[in-house]
Amino acid sequence: MSEKVLMKGNEAFAEAAIRGGCRFYFGYPITPQSEIPEYMSRELPKRGGTFLQAESELGAINAAYGAGAAGGNVFISSSSPGIALMQEGVSFLCSAEVPVVMLNVSRGGPGIGGIQPGQADYYQVTRGGGNGDYRVPVFAPSSIQEGVDLIYEAPVLADEWRNPIMLLADGMLGQMMEPVVLPEQRPFAESADIRAKKPWALKGYGDSDKNKAVVKSLRMQPDDLEAHVEKLFAKYREAEKALVRWESEGLEDADVVFVAFGTVARLTKEAIEILASQGVKAGLIRPISLWPFPYQAFDEISPKTKVVISTELSMGQMIEDVKVGVNGRYPVELIHRTGGIVPTSLEVAEKAREILAKI
Amino acid sequence: MSTHKLFFAGSGGQGILLMGQMITYAAMLEDKSATFLPSYGPEMRGGTANCTVVVSDKPVSCPLIYEADAVVAMNLPSLLKFESRVKPGDAMLLNTSILDQRPTRTDINVCEVAVNEIAMELGNIRTANMVMLGAVVRTTGVVSQESIEKVMHKIFTGKKAELIGLNTKAFEYWKK
Repeated sequence: MSEKVLMKGNEAFAEAAIRGGCRFYFGYPITPQSEIPEYMSRELPKRGGTFLQAESELGAINAAYGAGAAGGNVFISSSSPGIALMQEGVSFLCSAEVPVVMLNVSRGGPGIGGIQPGQADYYQVTRGGGNGDYRVPVFAPSSIQEGVDLIYEAPVLADEWRNPIMLLADGMLGQMMEPVVLPEQRPFAESADIRAKKPWALKGYGDSDKNKAVVKSLRMQPDDLEAHVEKLFAKYREAEKALVRWESEGLEDADVVFVAFGTVARLTKEAIEILASQGVKAGLIRPISLWPFPYQAFDEISPKTKVVISTELSMGQMIEDVKVGVNGRYPVELIHRTGGIVPTSLEVAEKAREILAKI
Repeated sequence: MSTHKLFFAGSGGQGILLMGQMITYAAMLEDKSATFLPSYGPEMRGGTANCTVVVSDKPVSCPLIYEADAVVAMNLPSLLKFESRVKPGDAMLLNTSILDQRPTRTDINVCEVAVNEIAMELGNIRTANMVMLGAVVRTTGVVSQESIEKVMHKIFTGKKAELIGLNTKAFEYWKK
């Protein structure tokens, strides 16, 4: 295992993408993730990859579509409003089944909003802002190490599922530093590898026209389009089983169960310690995959639990999935801040006690 | 098992973030768990800067703090804004070279450090933050002095290596 290094989240994520074999990066600067394009502009060309600063986020996602269609492993990143601009492209990538790894280092919204951490892109990344029937697997790391591990794995998953894979971090995770162990470099795919492993990729006709590949999202015949979408959804149903991930603790005897992802899960863990010191038993469900959402995790909650609390940096978006998971078995409440404000662990613990007192 | 929560505040250019990063780096060298969380914003040199460092023997769950074992205030706005953040009985370290005011609280330990004067006495005013770093490490025991010295050799490399002597001298001011 390689040595621990102290890295800023954004730089560690960029390095993990390179080591994961992502040879192409297209991006446009936006706070709080501008260190990623900066890092890529410095490192990727040295390592045999391609960095391109696009003229806009639309340029970046469409360059990703092109490079991905040609079989390249692509990594792109942005922050909330920039990811919003990319949504059309995400819909196209899903329809054309082109793998791309995307990272949203999210901030407060709506609109241009602010630059401090937010989770109000939950709907955007799990429901999507593009048109049509499609799904994007989304993973939400809660530490820099977990982010590095997920980004390293993402190009493999994207290729396997022939679909974009989204990572959702937030400004705090992008800006903070933690010791991290970086994985080994996975070799960049060469043309011959791509030709062998991705028969669907646009690699030219070669020796004969038997290898003719078409990457498209236009399907003018309704029955053709319906059959295509049904095929995509058969894939998504498999992904729902294969890609669902979560972590839980203390569910067996909790008075209150928190549901939180990303950095909020970390401060919620500290809130749980504070509550324990006050004699309140609290548990945690931490979704790692936001789509597919770990609904099954809620079946592990003890019958004696009094309330399930969704803790979010938004006005309450994940809470809709929490309610589906709870399925009427427990009251569901929300603890939240928004606009770029992150509550302290103490604030979460106090609000949880207030909620418990009312039940 | 111990956890240290430190908070550094001042104006951009005072070396606030470097102090926090060096402690985080030193903690990693000691095989501890550590997080460094900077404030980030549109500010540049002369604006406000602060950072939070958490160091623990167990994995750090929360990089964000509501109270600190030590708060470093390098200028007046930092003293006024973050005095309330010191845990009762714990320390507030003040840059008295530019601070005339003192904390109003009586339940905290105040450590007065004339960083500029000390740094000038040692030969370079730009090592003022290392003087303060030395005071923080000595006051809190968050990491060992030896670990910080190792960090100096890791981060001041190439052309910057000539700064090691000067910075080490400033950091070690408190050894005597």
